[in-house]
Amino acid sequence: MAEKIIAEELAKKQKQVSVAEFFERNRHLLGFDNKRKAILTVVKEAVDNAFDACEEARILPEIKVNIIEMGPDRYRVIVEDNGPGIVKKQIPNIFAKLLYGSKFHSMKQARGQQGIGISAAVLYAQLTTGRPAKITSRVGKDKPAHYYELHINTKTNDPQIMKDEEITWKKEQGTKIELDIEASYQKGDQSVDTYLKETAIVNPHATVIYVSPKAEQMIFARATDKLPAEPKEIKPHPYGVEFGILMNMLQQTTSRNLNSFLQNEFSRVGSGTAKEICSNAGLSPDTKPGEMNHGQIEKLIQGIKLTKIIAPPTDCIVPIGAELLEKGLRKEVPAEFYASATRSPDVYKGIPFVVEVALAYGGLQPKDESAKLLRFANRVPLLYQQSACAAYKSVVGTNWRPYGLNQSQGSMPVGPLTIIVHLASVWPPFTSEAKEAIAHYPEIIKEMKLAIQECGRKLSIYVNKKRRVGEQQERVSIFENYIPEVATALAKLTGQNKDKITDSMKEMLKKNKEFIEAHKAVVQKVEKDDDIKLKGSFDEEEDGE
Amino acid sequence: MASEKAIDKLKGFAKHVVDLVMNKKPPVFQVPIRALSNVQFDKKKNTLELGNKTSERNFFNVAHAKKFLQTLEVGAVSKELLELGKHASLRDVFYQVKRTIPGTNTNIVDEQTESDKAIEDLELLTECSREQLHINANKMGSVAGNVQIEDQGDIIDWNKLGSGGWSIPSNVEDIKFKKVTAKFVIYMEKAAVWERLHEDRFWDKNKCIIMSSQGQTTRGIRRLLQRLSEEHKLPIYILADFDPWGFYIYSVLKYGSINLAHMSESMTLNNAKFLGITANDIEKYGLKKHFIKLKDVDLTRLKQLSEYEWFAGHKKWQQEFKMMKQFGAKAEIQALSARGISFISEKYLPEKIKEESWID
Repeated sequence: MAEKIIAEELAKKQKQVSVAEFFERNRHLLGFDNKRKAILTVVKEAVDNAFDACEEARILPEIKVNIIEMGPDRYRVIVEDNGPGIVKKQIPNIFAKLLYGSKFHSMKQARGQQGIGISAAVLYAQLTTGRPAKITSRVGKDKPAHYYELHINTKTNDPQIMKDEEITWKKEQGTKIELDIEASYQKGDQSVDTYLKETAIVNPHATVIYVSPKAEQMIFARATDKLPAEPKEIKPHPYGVEFGILMNMLQQTTSRNLNSFLQNEFSRVGSGTAKEICSNAGLSPDTKPGEMNHGQIEKLIQGIKLTKIIAPPTDCIVPIGAELLEKGLRKEVPAEFYASATRSPDVYKGIPFVVEVALAYGGLQPKDESAKLLRFANRVPLLYQQSACAAYKSVVGTNWRPYGLNQSQGSMPVGPLTIIVHLASVWPPFTSEAKEAIAHYPEIIKEMKLAIQECGRKLSIYVNKKRRVGEQQERVSIFENYIPEVATALAKLTGQNKDKITDSMKEMLKKNKEFIEAHKAVVQKVEKDDDIKLKGSFDEEEDGE
Repeated sequence: MASEKAIDKLKGFAKHVVDLVMNKKPPVFQVPIRALSNVQFDKKKNTLELGNKTSERNFFNVAHAKKFLQTLEVGAVSKELLELGKHASLRDVFYQVKRTIPGTNTNIVDEQTESDKAIEDLELLTECSREQLHINANKMGSVAGNVQIEDQGDIIDWNKLGSGGWSIPSNVEDIKFKKVTAKFVIYMEKAAVWERLHEDRFWDKNKCIIMSSQGQTTRGIRRLLQRLSEEHKLPIYILADFDPWGFYIYSVLKYGSINLAHMSESMTLNNAKFLGITANDIEKYGLKKHFIKLKDVDLTRLKQLSEYEWFAGHKKWQQEFKMMKQFGAKAEIQALSARGISFISEKYLPEKIKEESWID
């Protein structure tokens, strides 16, 4: 009897974890570790949502971000998009209920994932300033604009509507969110400014207008009118599911038996494969999914592992594309040389992904500093935890010296270089919920390295050519400067006319120069011969005494 | 006159280059390689000789251009000296050549070793010694003894020069020996030992010439020794430390060196004898208690010496090397001072010479 009572007591306690407590415990995972990061996270969540909304509705995004300093450590963040708007009854749930969202169970490439982001931002605003989130949304010209002021009930995780009215809004459609938060604004590598600039690079189809707390306006104009193709939703691949997810799927399915469950809920599972999985798992195909116990689910996972299943379809991934990625980079990072590569899709743990890499070399970028690495997952910049990221590991694990850069073992290359690494996937694996670093899956690192190498090879051609041209120029100028000196000495020694000697030598140099330049552009073998002729072999004399 | 011959040689060398330029051919000249790979031991002459290998200097070659220019610059300086009838030191030449090439931040020469090397190249190209090109090294070394010479019209007695003796110039070609009554020459590597012998008037008592330098034996000294040996048939005795470096001084004097292999003929002393310190002396004069332990570099050098072609088949020398290795130690000439300050001049040297206890 006593045992039962204790269990009941525990159960009561377990229920009383409020969302406020949940937030407090997990704020580092949600990106609210400190005031500086908080402002970035709020902007990021709102902007990610705006992008996803626009793209789903096939609208070219035009996003306005405005941050106003309201007082010491107080900022108002306003993010406005030209997306499809949100139907009235959904507004409170989307913004004021944690873990609400359509994306959580879908296997589709998108910026947000868990449906936790924007509501966490609303909760953060509420907990730090007590102010409600102000939402304005309009779904079309003929519809009214709705204005909401929302709180989250921190006990029940339900929206608390403080104000709900129809207003006139000059915008025909779109959504606007206003949050007052405690934060601190700084410029630099992990600032809102950097985040938006990088966002503009990987979203060349978007226009972003940003007004900073210092009232500076920055306009990142779109470089293309082509919207990215719409990502397709796919069902999960059996290799990618883990125990918890599988259990949820079994609970929620409408399929009556295991066999049809496997065929209906997964990609690449037909009747043959379903049968094979069942027999490998030692389970009857007629098992009722909703009634499966722990042991049976374990068996099912084992059965999946033992079955050979073809890789998931990869046409669901929409990469930026090498050409557009380079365009985006060109517009935000001025340099002399650009290279980009998009790999073909690959799969990690049953989840398809595509890696893209772009480089910008030279220009005004510092020559003696480490290269700059910009990391992205599904077009979202990753600004924190660089060294924990698979992209960083791939960059430092690549030998950059053959590409004409300096690099010490296990470090970033040194030179005037910006490196972009983008991972597009239906489910990018992160090292934590804060989505700051890509997890180290060997398949992903391998693809990243291959993409880097592809770009690196192009870079090395450019760098080596540049160096050779420079060396040739230097050689010619050595001779040009030495000739008058040699001629003077020869004139002194022989009594012959100095100018005649100079002229004759200069003429020879000119011919030699033409010879060098004529061969410059031609294949490398000729260049090598050229080098031998110019450098020659010179026996350095040793000193006997 | 000798200087006219040198001017002609310089002109001839430069004309060869100008002719190439005027005919639109790459300006090139050949310099014999002065390296171990191009030196051989001539068994008949018993000297080191320079081989036939040459290296090309092509102006239109980035690696050569600077050396090419340096050689010509040094040549122009030398020609001017010859025409003016003046002499310059190696250091003077360095400063005459050292300047920044207009339009660059490159100097024609940065260090004296560069102009020194260019001068050596010029010697080979013109077949004139640097002294003939009116370029002298610093004076180093002293001499005293019963000799009268004439130098630029001055009559000098090597026995009437007080405590310092006559300092040996870089160029001894034009010195005339008026009267030589000395019977032999002792050359020592240590100036301090020379001072001792000079104070004791060793040269007077033993009818000889004493000569020394500081460290390396200069060209002037080597040439002077050779002239005394050849023109007056004086035996030359070398007094050096019992260590690999002392032995090497003897080796250079007698057989020549790699760097000056092209001048071996006018420098080597085929009749030079190594007077001491020998392994035998160590035992006889009880120098063991003044031993200095051999270092690793000494042992390496000792091994190299023992493998030189001219020492390889030489029984007496091999014996010396063997003994030194057995001792694991070396000894300085000055160790003799432990037996009395003038032990060297009163006992050691007279005894050695009387007993003919040298290594030939």
